[in-house]
Amino acid sequence: MRFVVMVRANKQTESGAMPSREELAQMGKFNDGLEKDGVLLAADGLQPSSKGARLRFDAGRTTVIDGPFAETKELIAGFWIVQGKSKAEIVERFIHAPFEPGWELEIRQFFEADDFDQDLAQEMRAQAERLEAAKRG
Amino acid sequence: MRGSDVQQAIDAIWRIESPKLIASLSRMVRDVGRAEELAQDAFVCALAQWPDEGIPRNPGAWLTTTAKRRAIDQARRHKAFERKAEELHYQCTSRATEADFASSYGEIDDDLLRLMFVACHPVLSKEARAALTLRLLGGLTTAEIARAFLVSETAIGARIVRAKRALADAHVPFEVPEGSERLQRLESILEVIYLIFNEGYAASAGDDVLRPELMEDALRLGRMLAALIPNEAEVHGLVALMELQASRMQARIGPTGDPVLLRDQDRSRWNRLLIARGLAALTKAERLALEPGPYALQAAIAACHARAVGTEETDWAQIAALYGALSQLLPSPVIELNRAVAVSMASGARAGLEIVDAIRDDPLLQTYRLLPSVRAELLFQLGRLPEAQAEFQTAAALTQNVRDRNLLLERASSCAELSAGGPLKRLCSTHT
Repeated sequence: MRFVVMVRANKQTESGAMPSREELAQMGKFNDGLEKDGVLLAADGLQPSSKGARLRFDAGRTTVIDGPFAETKELIAGFWIVQGKSKAEIVERFIHAPFEPGWELEIRQFFEADDFDQDLAQEMRAQAERLEAAKRG
Repeated sequence: MRGSDVQQAIDAIWRIESPKLIASLSRMVRDVGRAEELAQDAFVCALAQWPDEGIPRNPGAWLTTTAKRRAIDQARRHKAFERKAEELHYQCTSRATEADFASSYGEIDDDLLRLMFVACHPVLSKEARAALTLRLLGGLTTAEIARAFLVSETAIGARIVRAKRALADAHVPFEVPEGSERLQRLESILEVIYLIFNEGYAASAGDDVLRPELMEDALRLGRMLAALIPNEAEVHGLVALMELQASRMQARIGPTGDPVLLRDQDRSRWNRLLIARGLAALTKAERLALEPGPYALQAAIAACHARAVGTEETDWAQIAALYGALSQLLPSPVIELNRAVAVSMASGARAGLEIVDAIRDDPLLQTYRLLPSVRAELLFQLGRLPEAQAEFQTAAALTQNVRDRNLLLERASSCAELSAGGPLKRLCSTHT
């Protein structure tokens, strides 16, 4: 299973201020641990929303809205993509991530091939069985 | 936290912490089996205490301290081990504190690497090595391994117990081998990781064609090994091969659950992140070795496919050359057959058929259905229809899968139709 762990934006990330050398070192050490455990697939930080834009799809037209955006809680400032066996495992891995009080992470699970194909595959198998039964009958 | 949450958290902590814990305990007690028991005992203590007291801030350090204390107590109880106990006590007091635990990452890395070499020791069968590696280094439970290999939990449990006993009986030292032995033993580790991967990628038993969890376990082990010994080209080669093969996972299964051939796969469903990781690992492998090893060569072949938009755009000449190099390293008629296909794609059916005919009598290929089906295809392309028909029939007779068999029989009868003066146009169009 794969998960994305998102860092919620806040005043600091939206200001565009770079993390301190100390913070970077701690985060580097944390990421090294994930890498050594073989679970880290990707990780990156994002620039403030002032450099981003939103597209809103309405009937007939699409509106482009340039950043910055006010609701920092709705924004993300960075992410990890990690592999794990359960949500609990990701929680345990990130519970000691080097963040100051007030920061927030959100863990979300990826859809995997099975999630899409399971129903279809089952339906096809059931159909094949029905055909087979009809032939025999 | 509710009780069930604590249980889930402890399961997760076992997965994360148990490999490191077992590795450092193994160095201490010099017995992988005992180390694992001590680690389990420590988790039993955790199960008893944490639901009431809460999970400690550094669960790894708590477990290490608990397990090492128990190891010392046990050693003390045996009079014969008194001296050993003193030794152990010295080792423990000198490194079991939380601060030490946090700062001794390099040491844990060494222990993990030793544990990997021991779990993949050649005194064990491949199956035993795979089960033990998943258990000790993957942090899987016996039940999870049993599920993955579709074997009963009792059987896997017994396999692991026997493996640990065999290691103890053979007095396998807890160390990383040196010199020429190191290379051989490393090959054994790579072989086990790839075996686990292939069990997930080309499931040999059960209804599922793929078992993604096993592929992920193998990938994780490969990445761990690459982080532990970053200068070994073939480790990166194996990681590259697995990442690239795993990138096709979602396109490899059709709607009916049957495998889809590479040339028919919907390439938009290939996972770009895994491809990027695979290509990066391949670059590392190629930088580290003048002559690529077998895993790097196979990864390079997979990379040719990964870089191509479709079958037509694939660099078949490069793939043929890579199979040629692979054939030099690992002479095998199956590799030659693959080379024949690549050569035929690059330079035409005649050149491909020459290679196939050279290996046609190899005893290893006598029941290998791909030999007659490849040969049939090439003969068909060359317009040698009666021969193609016979080969399609031979291939059909060797095929278990009903749908594949029907497909081959259809091809055989279309050969018969065409050679009986059927539409010549169709034949000509397949020539181009």
